[in-house]
Amino acid sequence: MSTSPVAVELAPPAPPRGWPRERVIGYLLVGLWILAGIGMLAYLAAVWNPAWFEKYIPTYISGLKVTMSLVVVSTVLGAIVSLPVAYARMSKNRILSALGYGYVYFFRGTPLLAQTFLIYYGVGSFRPQLEAVGLWPFFREAWYCAVLAFTLNTSAYQAEILRGAIQSVPRGQWEGAASLGLHKLQTLWKVILPQALIVALRPYGNEVILLIKGSAVVALITVADLMGETRLAFSRSFDFQSYIWAAIIYLALVETLRNGIEWIERRITVHLHR
Amino acid sequence: MKSIWTLLSWGSEGWLDEIAYGVFVTVSLAAATLPFGLLIGFFVAVAKQSSEPSLRLAGNIYTTIFRGLPELVTLFLVYYGAQIGIQALIRTIQPGATVDINSFISGMVALGVVFSAYVSEVFLSAFRAIPRGQYEGGYAIGLTKGQTMRLVVLPQLIRIALPGLANLWLILLKDTALVSAIGLNDILRWTGVAARVEREPFVFYSFAILIYLVLTIISSFGINKIERSVGEREPAR
Repeated sequence: MSTSPVAVELAPPAPPRGWPRERVIGYLLVGLWILAGIGMLAYLAAVWNPAWFEKYIPTYISGLKVTMSLVVVSTVLGAIVSLPVAYARMSKNRILSALGYGYVYFFRGTPLLAQTFLIYYGVGSFRPQLEAVGLWPFFREAWYCAVLAFTLNTSAYQAEILRGAIQSVPRGQWEGAASLGLHKLQTLWKVILPQALIVALRPYGNEVILLIKGSAVVALITVADLMGETRLAFSRSFDFQSYIWAAIIYLALVETLRNGIEWIERRITVHLHR
Repeated sequence: MKSIWTLLSWGSEGWLDEIAYGVFVTVSLAAATLPFGLLIGFFVAVAKQSSEPSLRLAGNIYTTIFRGLPELVTLFLVYYGAQIGIQALIRTIQPGATVDINSFISGMVALGVVFSAYVSEVFLSAFRAIPRGQYEGGYAIGLTKGQTMRLVVLPQLIRIALPGLANLWLILLKDTALVSAIGLNDILRWTGVAARVEREPFVFYSFAILIYLVLTIISSFGINKIERSVGEREPAR
């Protein structure tokens, strides 16, 4: 960024010719990556086994569906839960804001895996009490427990994203809207949120990516998501390519999402570029 | 049925001594991963802000892969991959040998590469916050490239990167919980064993979460202290 009023655009310096040390190291490292890629392809070719594919492709697809639905459902539910949490965090009421802070600190300060275990195994151990209030069918299913754990966890993160984005909008926007006679809810909906969501888009995208990556832990409470199906395939066939395919699918999923968000961000900030 | 205080007591009746050992494993795993992760992350960041395109490409591939993979998948890839790879290597010399991979080392490698990928991003944005004039000033008074980096850039870099790094430390501490899946006896593993033996999962998993919460709070205090002491050394302008 230039501080002078008239930015003088200088041509970038010409890259050095020949083989400076940096270039040698750079080519060496890229060569290593290419070698690793070729090595992986050679390994996949060496263990090529049509029977394995025939058997496990359907399970991977169903696992991918479970992962996706888990992420989508908990993101949406988490967004809903995050609204009151963000409200409490921003409230001027001391008790309310302390409650919101405690909620966020608890879910962000402890591992998602431990939270998931606590809900699935811990809450599930109160079977008689749960049966008495009719909640047992919910806590019996690992999938529902995973959704509950992920919803609570992501709502804490999303509340912080929402709070940060709303507070990033300058105070003058609130005052300007108030002087035009808009009441608070109208201001929030028509003035603040459209500006805040531009700021929030990237953190929200990162949160969804973190959730996709985090969703792999539900395999440890017997949910048959992509990771769960991978573990099953590996323990049945003892074929290491199970994990390599899972890694490729996860990486493709995350990269697609990341590039998609970047594309959306470019589109909705067109009016900010000059 | 034992009371909670018996369950969480020290000695053969309770599980506190085992869980304390788990805390020791968790903390030492995170502490052992930290220096490697910082060092690798720093060099990846240097590569990514280099003027040489091939170096940038190599660094970007590193971060894309290890930030995109779920930590659990990386962990299993390292754990089983190393086991199968080293076993195949040793069997060319000594057929029939079996190899057991140390789960602590696997955990360290897997968490280390993920951590370093995130660290490199923090360092990269810190690098971008340091004006070019700092390098030019260093060269102008006759420092070599390495000296400029060490004496001029690095002290400022660490101060700028500290809040981001502190955040990553908390994430690393939480991610160590995953190593219980490859059989390392950390907090979550011991509380899980205790929960199964005593049939009290709620007590023990709550206790585990409480321990993680305490570790986070202690870390926050430590981070605040470091940030304050680094901030004090900031020269007056």
